[in-house]
Amino acid sequence: MKKIEAIIKPFKLEEVKESLNEVGVEGMTVTEVKGFGRQKGHTEIYRGSEYTVDFLPKILIQAVVPDERCEAAASAIVKSAKTGKIGDGKVFIYPVEEAVRIRTEEKGEEAL
Amino acid sequence: MQLVLGQDETVAEVAAETEAEAPAFTTMEEFQSMPLAYPKFMVDNLWILIAAALVFLMHLGFATIESGLTRQKNTVNILFKNVFIISMGVLTYAFWGFNSMYPGDFNGWFALGTPIANGFEGADALANMTSNYADYTYWADFIFQAMFAATAATIVSGAVAERIKLGSFMIGATVLVAIAYPITGSWKWGGGWLDVAGFYDFAGSTLVHAFGGFAALAAVILLGARKGKYVNGQIKPILGHSMPLATIGAFLLFLGWFGFNGGSVLSADPGLVSLVFVTTAMAGCAGGLAAMAASKIFLQKPDLSMALNGLLAGLVGITAGADVISPMSSIIVGAVAGVLVVLSVVALDKAKIDDPVGAISVHGTCGIWGTLAVGIFGAGDFTFFTQLKGTVAISLFAFFASLIVFGLLKFTVGLRVSEQEEEEGLDVGEHGVSSYPNFQPAVDL
Repeated sequence: MKKIEAIIKPFKLEEVKESLNEVGVEGMTVTEVKGFGRQKGHTEIYRGSEYTVDFLPKILIQAVVPDERCEAAASAIVKSAKTGKIGDGKVFIYPVEEAVRIRTEEKGEEAL
Repeated sequence: MQLVLGQDETVAEVAAETEAEAPAFTTMEEFQSMPLAYPKFMVDNLWILIAAALVFLMHLGFATIESGLTRQKNTVNILFKNVFIISMGVLTYAFWGFNSMYPGDFNGWFALGTPIANGFEGADALANMTSNYADYTYWADFIFQAMFAATAATIVSGAVAERIKLGSFMIGATVLVAIAYPITGSWKWGGGWLDVAGFYDFAGSTLVHAFGGFAALAAVILLGARKGKYVNGQIKPILGHSMPLATIGAFLLFLGWFGFNGGSVLSADPGLVSLVFVTTAMAGCAGGLAAMAASKIFLQKPDLSMALNGLLAGLVGITAGADVISPMSSIIVGAVAGVLVVLSVVALDKAKIDDPVGAISVHGTCGIWGTLAVGIFGAGDFTFFTQLKGTVAISLFAFFASLIVFGLLKFTVGLRVSEQEEEEGLDVGEHGVSSYPNFQPAVDL
């Protein structure tokens, strides 16, 4: 099992979700987050005074998938979240030791 | 009536006929059966009452614009202050303010306040509930003026937001509304020395708005800026937490202004009330447009909060002369106010005078401008110098009255909440409650 964490632009969430559904990812958890990468923040103006917004709003998607679906899921995210401009985000993949479905107590890939 | 209107003659003729057919009456029944005079009185009086209700609505406007332009952690505190002001304002006006502001014959400078009447019978009713009193009843007069009185303190509330101790604000605002506002009010509307001098302030550019604006300025100077607003010589903007709330507030104030200015005609005179509606709306709109343009030109971006301030600046600007300034001139008055308010907000920020909602600029700066504008554009016997004298006198009085009151509070019970409370927000600090308990707290990222 692998856990995929993807940080994406908020308006791309719908597209990314659909593309993950298409490759058979059946569940995911989404969090509104703020952060910055190499692009840094940007400046805004309120009542004539500039200020910098260092942390930009992003969406963090977490999904745990069977090993054989990992590659397809990661590339589905990359494909659907890409705009080609700075700030598109990143995908991280981690190994997962165990998973339990609380209702039935199924374990491992059965629980996904 | 100062302006030459198209229908002027007709209005005058109708009025003359009404006068001619209005013989003196000796009982309430006689008055009520008079064919033209009584319906006219009813319409006049009804309009004053509607106008009073519209001015009441302005307090909701203040409550929303002030909470929208400040941070969410201080929302309960701002709203609480606004509820307090209208409650305290109307009652103190009943017990002291009304008769201190309209004392009848007095020395022209100061009159003691007394409670309003508690009911009329017989000859008293005939004197106070008929056209013997005015085009409206004693009660209508009181409630319309009472709604105005609380406005002056509400202006202060926005400027001192997010850092003033609740108790100190309540004491200071009470003294300002109950004692100070009726004094300067009596100078003009009570027939005092400025009225005698020929000073003109139709609905209160100076008496209400500049008074509130300069009282706010003194309080802000004593109070100091919000923590984190000016750091290392740089201005760090502190964003309002709800632009939709602020916008609702500005529109509610605009709506209420039709009562504020329209009611100040003090009758339902069709020509004059209509003219006042037109000049009021035109000046407000011109102020909005001018502030939009000014913020784009001077501040790089078209700023919504400035556009809202601009609407209000235009309205404040026309308030002194809404009945004596022509519609075309009202556009100029409003537009100048709209530019002035933007420049004033920026200038105050440069001087490190921290006014979260722009109240000092909207009401103080543009209140003075509107009063002077009567001396420039007003059709009638107005001089620029008298207007200047009046607005400076009242603004200075308001400034020093506020300086003394809030100064005394500063050196006794204290004016400012602790640094920790300011950081955590006055909602929890002063009231022990959050404004939006089911939402995540805002983090300044």
